[in-house]
Amino acid sequence: MKLYLHYLSIHLRAQMQYKTSFLLTVLGQFVGSFTFLLSILFLMNRFHTIRGFTTAQVLLCFGVVLMAFSIAECFFRGFDSFAGTISGGQFDRILVRPRSEVLLTLCSKAELSRIGRFAQAALVFAYAIPSSGVHWTWDKILTLIFMVVSGVALFSGLFVIYAAICFFTTEGLEFMNIFTDGGREFGSYPIAVYGERVLKFFTFVVPLALVQYYPFLYLVDQAEHRWYALTPLAAWLFLIPCAILWKVGLRHYKSTGS
Amino acid sequence: MNAVNASPVSGIRKYATYFRIRFTSGLQYRAAAAAGVATQFAWGFLTVLLYKAFWEADPASFPMGIAQVTSYLWLRQAFLAMFNSWTVDNTILSDITGGNIAYELIRPMNLYALWYTKNISMRAANVTLRFLPVLIVASLVPAPYGMGLPADVPAALGFVLTMILGALVTCAMVMFIYIFTFFTMQPMGVRMVFNAVTEFCSGDLVPLPFFPPALAAFLEYTPFASMANVPFRIYSGHIAGWDILRCAGLQLFWLAVLVFLGCLMMKKALKRAVIQGG
Repeated sequence: MKLYLHYLSIHLRAQMQYKTSFLLTVLGQFVGSFTFLLSILFLMNRFHTIRGFTTAQVLLCFGVVLMAFSIAECFFRGFDSFAGTISGGQFDRILVRPRSEVLLTLCSKAELSRIGRFAQAALVFAYAIPSSGVHWTWDKILTLIFMVVSGVALFSGLFVIYAAICFFTTEGLEFMNIFTDGGREFGSYPIAVYGERVLKFFTFVVPLALVQYYPFLYLVDQAEHRWYALTPLAAWLFLIPCAILWKVGLRHYKSTGS
Repeated sequence: MNAVNASPVSGIRKYATYFRIRFTSGLQYRAAAAAGVATQFAWGFLTVLLYKAFWEADPASFPMGIAQVTSYLWLRQAFLAMFNSWTVDNTILSDITGGNIAYELIRPMNLYALWYTKNISMRAANVTLRFLPVLIVASLVPAPYGMGLPADVPAALGFVLTMILGALVTCAMVMFIYIFTFFTMQPMGVRMVFNAVTEFCSGDLVPLPFFPPALAAFLEYTPFASMANVPFRIYSGHIAGWDILRCAGLQLFWLAVLVFLGCLMMKKALKRAVIQGG
């Protein structure tokens, strides 16, 4: 942990050397998710509700997913750009060091400009939390925190899978984008909007609905059971197959030699 | 400048040859294309489901028919490689920031035309590999959520014509990313803002008819609307009759303006360009 914090401060100081570039990237992140927010608002303004959910409720979902994604992307960036690490041969350097590969990959990069997206999510929360009609009690606040934290775990797991696949293919698989970037974009609406089968997929295969839809139902008092509030914790199980895949991939690793 | 440029015919032939070389080499990346097709189909499928939910909530508020919307969305996925604003040739960016541009400059070719050809050939190759599989699978999805046929014969012809013009406008737009890089040397931030704005204003996130009417009416006249928006809406008959020609005219106008501005800015940029590195 101490080592990680040390690396983090190095990354922070390094990125602060190029302030203009850093600020422009932060701005870019912000504008990028802002136009997406606008597009949600345009659609919701026109149709008012989607499957019975109001604009503020949809924005609550949007905020949870965006915040979780931005945190995961900030710290797990090393996995997101893992294809370059492998094809450039830098992974060999990681292997010879006396620390775990996961930790060192984690340390290899941190993209602090994701603060632009994070700020957006915080602003959306500032609007959606009071106006979503949710009667906030301590257990609901706790549920919301669970949602964000477990969301971070879920997206991090996806980044690890993405990286683990690189052990076999040496290049990133574009299809994974449907779960990472796609999870962010489509997760802006309560998952049930896409119908029964998509909901099942995002419950049992990639458990996005566990951090977003079921606890969200609990927040807006539409949950059938009280334990829906605890579903975000189940999402952590997703990390098990991620870790296994990473281990298998690691054993399979052959250096590209350059 | 020199003998190679003597006749305009040989001038164009240079770029045509360059286009052919780049196009055929672009066709080699089939595995990447297969992954792209799968992603684009899954993405399109989820988007269609989203609009289906809106349609079921309130069909009266739809600015266009559901079949028109879905064919727009499927076309968008099928031709993503042609019309997206985020694909840039990274070798060009690293040439500018790394100094290799010196080699590009000593060639007896116009740099703007060269890069333009590079971009359009890359996009053409990518889209050639991808659009048919996406369209075929999308046409198997049951109506009205699948891909339908063009509204009528004028729509089909107008679609092809405005699609070509739209692709040319898109490329002229993307050229500005390279030109901006001359001035900033740090492509990331500018590029992200540029992409976000272009994506949004061109109806890539949400089709323009879904925008608030005043904003949509304004955007119709901007170059953003002259990209993918026009052909995709002509296809399903949402833009029809004389409006097809009006839109094509606007596309031509913007193409001329953007290329002219691009060449002008590029000249300016090259005048003060510093070759980076040794």
